[in-house]
Amino acid sequence: MATTERVFRTEKVTKVYHTGSVDVHALRGVTADLYAGEFTVLLGASGSGKSTLLNILGGLDHASSGRVWFRDLELTGLGERGLTRYRRDHVGFVFQFYNIVPSLTARENVALVTEIAEDPMTPEEALERAGLSHRMDHFPAELSGGEQQRVAIARAIAKRPEVLLCDEPTGALDSMTGVQVLEALEGVNRELGTSTIVITHNAGIQAMAHRVIRFADGNISEVTQNETRVSPSEIVW
Amino acid sequence: MMQTLDRKLLRDLTRLWSQSLAIASVLAVGVAIMVMMAGAERSLRETRDTFYERNQFGEVFASVTRAPIGLLDRIEAIPGVAVVETRIRNPVILDIENMLAPGTGMLLSLPHSFAQGTFPRLNRPSLDIGRWPEAGRDHEVVVNDSFAKAHEFALGDGFYAIINGQRRHLTIVGTALSPEFIYTIGPGSIMPDDKRFGVIWMDGTALTAAFNQTGAFNDLSLRVEPGTNLNEVLRQLDLILAPYGGTGAYLRKDQISHSFLDAELTQLATMVKIVPPIFLVVSAFLVNMVLGRLVSLEREQIGLLKALGYRQSEIAWHYIKLALCIGAFGVALGWGFGLWGGRGIAELYAKFFHFPYLVFVPYPSVYAVSALAGVAAAGLGAVFAVHKIVALSPAVAMSPPAPHRFRAGVADRLIHAVHMRQTSMMIWRSLTRWPLRAGLTMLGIATSAAVMVAALFMFDSMDALMDKAFVQLNRQDMILNFVQDRPRSVIDDVDHLPGVMVSEGVWSMPVRLSHDQHERRTVLEARDAGSELTHLLNENDQPVEPDSGIVLTQRLAKQLGLKLGQSVSIRFPSIGDREHKLAVVGYAAQSFGMGAYVTPETMTRLTGRAARVTQSNVMVDPDEIDALFAVAKTTPALSGVVEMRAVRQSFTDTIAQNAGMMTTINALMAALIAVGVVYNAARIQLSERARELASLRILGFTNAEVSYILLGELAFLTLLAIPLGLVLGYLLAAGMVAGFESDLYAIPLEVSRVTYFRAAWVVALASALSAAVVWRRIDQMDLVSVMKTRE
Ligand SMILES: Nc1ncnc2c1ncn2[C@@H]1O[C@H](COP(=O)(O)OP(=O)(O)OP(=O)(O)O)[C@@H](O)[C@H]1O
Ligand SMILES: [Mg+2]
Repeated sequence: MATTERVFRTEKVTKVYHTGSVDVHALRGVTADLYAGEFTVLLGASGSGKSTLLNILGGLDHASSGRVWFRDLELTGLGERGLTRYRRDHVGFVFQFYNIVPSLTARENVALVTEIAEDPMTPEEALERAGLSHRMDHFPAELSGGEQQRVAIARAIAKRPEVLLCDEPTGALDSMTGVQVLEALEGVNRELGTSTIVITHNAGIQAMAHRVIRFADGNISEVTQNETRVSPSEIVW
Repeated sequence: MMQTLDRKLLRDLTRLWSQSLAIASVLAVGVAIMVMMAGAERSLRETRDTFYERNQFGEVFASVTRAPIGLLDRIEAIPGVAVVETRIRNPVILDIENMLAPGTGMLLSLPHSFAQGTFPRLNRPSLDIGRWPEAGRDHEVVVNDSFAKAHEFALGDGFYAIINGQRRHLTIVGTALSPEFIYTIGPGSIMPDDKRFGVIWMDGTALTAAFNQTGAFNDLSLRVEPGTNLNEVLRQLDLILAPYGGTGAYLRKDQISHSFLDAELTQLATMVKIVPPIFLVVSAFLVNMVLGRLVSLEREQIGLLKALGYRQSEIAWHYIKLALCIGAFGVALGWGFGLWGGRGIAELYAKFFHFPYLVFVPYPSVYAVSALAGVAAAGLGAVFAVHKIVALSPAVAMSPPAPHRFRAGVADRLIHAVHMRQTSMMIWRSLTRWPLRAGLTMLGIATSAAVMVAALFMFDSMDALMDKAFVQLNRQDMILNFVQDRPRSVIDDVDHLPGVMVSEGVWSMPVRLSHDQHERRTVLEARDAGSELTHLLNENDQPVEPDSGIVLTQRLAKQLGLKLGQSVSIRFPSIGDREHKLAVVGYAAQSFGMGAYVTPETMTRLTGRAARVTQSNVMVDPDEIDALFAVAKTTPALSGVVEMRAVRQSFTDTIAQNAGMMTTINALMAALIAVGVVYNAARIQLSERARELASLRILGFTNAEVSYILLGELAFLTLLAIPLGLVLGYLLAAGMVAGFESDLYAIPLEVSRVTYFRAAWVVALASALSAAVVWRRIDQMDLVSVMKTRE
């Protein structure tokens, strides 16, 4: 469902981390366009800056220089409050380590978001979409890694976000559970039209993307589009 | 509907219940003390003020030898004077059945037409039971409530009084309470003794006749219009009364019952200022510690919540709410204890202070302030714990904190030199990694020791005070007060009384001492040179002699702003307005009163009178004491007898009455701090180092070795904390002693070794117990699950 409508636009974005005496240039002038409704995969060596870019797109972090737009909203011009607002209204996150609150059940972890969102689905519906309707009242400690990740996905999609940002969502999972998680993500992208960006080290996953962006050394090295996409279950792990 | 975050909050609270409870308990103590002490202070103050108003307690007081009633017009004409009341007031010796020792009574006249309903205009007694004496019935009396109770007198019972040389039987027809005698203390005594001292109200006509005072008065009290310059009233009153033997008018603040009550209120206020803040600060620190740990554990969750779009303020509020819950629980607990303890306090005060009623009213404002303080302490602790982490950008919060870079410092090399075991090395590293936290933990434990010292030192101070007052300074067995001053030769007569082994004369004169703009009314005492029974010692316990100058009580000198060698102005209100000057040649260190001392020669020179005697200190053969008592009961020249043994007894009794209970409560309070600090510190250590400790267990270290790493650190801190706490305790005690000081008495600062030892012991024990609880947790540690949790 590729469109020409841009959801994100970046212009010469850099990010420098100052740690002690050394400066780490995590991003070195990234200029990119990301399109609405697309399933985008970010690939690249460890330390190449993928997470950094994703965090900036998601309003979790500030760029050192350059500009970033979400549709017409310039993220680089927003302060702490504006970014919070932006995340609250538009973005869903899924991280590698499931990052769910251990003292809340699956349903409650999702409710955490539905309570503050404008037009959320019910936690039940979100968990249903993530394929977890049978374990709603379990605490994280009682769930497997894949199930926990699906709670995170349910939580991310529950607010019907415009963009879904996933940082190595299958990184800690085996291939079977990984496929289940990817299917959940693909379903959301397809059915709700949520623009989805997925960082992965698994090159196989690029086959299910509309667009693949390769990272090297703090910058984009290559952007490709897939003519045909494969379904998650066919991915070679 | 309950918000999801609140659910998390509830679960966090349940998980942290034991730590929360420990904190809440410490907080509760602070709140309870605040409620109790501040409540008691206000209850006492307001009850007193109402009683004063209702019974028209005087504002100015004066005594004379004998003044004509006609003088009243001149006194009423003093500008600002609103109401004047005159009466007869005479101390007398009492002879009470079943009591060998003579008692002292304060006879007070009631207005002539009293029974017909004319109340005294000022200092009205409130009838408790019975009725007032009927006019003309000169044997009917009303006595103060506590005197009747002490002797189990019923209406109709009686006793004898030596009135103007005549032994007369008096019949009790009622009991009363008076604003003048809320604290009922006999002349010359320092402790209330309801058996030996009674206030006796008699019909005025009968009394004036008995003392040959018809048409005259010897005591007066007055109230003034608001805004009147009281010092000017005093001055004018002194001028008017001087020819009639006026001893110097004085204000309420020098009225004995009022000033004792005031001293008590000062003590309460001091306690309120010192004690609750300690507990509040400690609980704020504990909240900070526990919450600090919680947020660092939940660092990623905080990052996550931010990523999900929760605002900084929402997240901070979530954690602060946790602290507020603990705070609210502590406050509720404290209120409960406070209410319960408040009743106890009211009962305690009812023993010492005689009000017609004394209710411990729970003042809403006191409760509100204590709640605010309690919750604020918890909240503040929380704010400091969360503010940094909540401000982290979500990306940073979600990534684990950079591992700490341990560095080998000079100290490490030192430690290597002494060949420390690796486990000890870990303790050392942990201490140096979080020096602030280690320091605060130590300070917390030290506070516990300090509170214990501050609670226990009172007994040492009281011992010191008694030793000083009854052994070093005053060795007389008895003080005999004369009705009026006598020539020096009266001592020879005293010598011949049965059982008297040594007798010494004391010549006291009321004086006004002044220096710069400071002025004080006090008693100038001339003691026989080379006195054996009483001594003046300076602050270094060296004897001081007035010689040709004057010796002042330390506190008096301080109040007058006088230094050694400076001269003080002296005026005798009973003689005239002439001013004399004497050089201050020494300070007398004593706990009671604000006396000033000269030699009899100086007194003679200043007053222009030959040596007189107003009281006699005697040493008595214990075998003949009963004979002496018997004579004293029939000696017209005596107005009262103070038996030092009884004073001392009443002193020890009072202390003993409160000692057991107080020590237990204080020890509990101090221990609570130690438990709160050590337990929380240990739990936090355990949670921070669970993985580390579990790995060691997996490597084959024994439980004991692993526990040593964790608890060894706390033991080490406790060991350091105790001496520090003892020093802090000393300082705290010094602060309390300073706060307690009043015109009436000063408590010496004395902390015995036993007190230090006990404090150390309680803290060590409390620490050990809390550590033991955590030890059990280490024993039960599930290695697999600990290793599985990611941090
Ligand atoms: N908070 C930080 N402080 C200092 N340096 C950082 C920080 N976060 C990232 N970096 C550095 O920035 C560079 C890019 O990091 P980033 O996390 O974006 O890489 P990545 O492409 O996501 O790698 P990976 O595939 O391993 O997750 C790396 O060199 C990393 O060490
Ligand atoms: Mg990454």
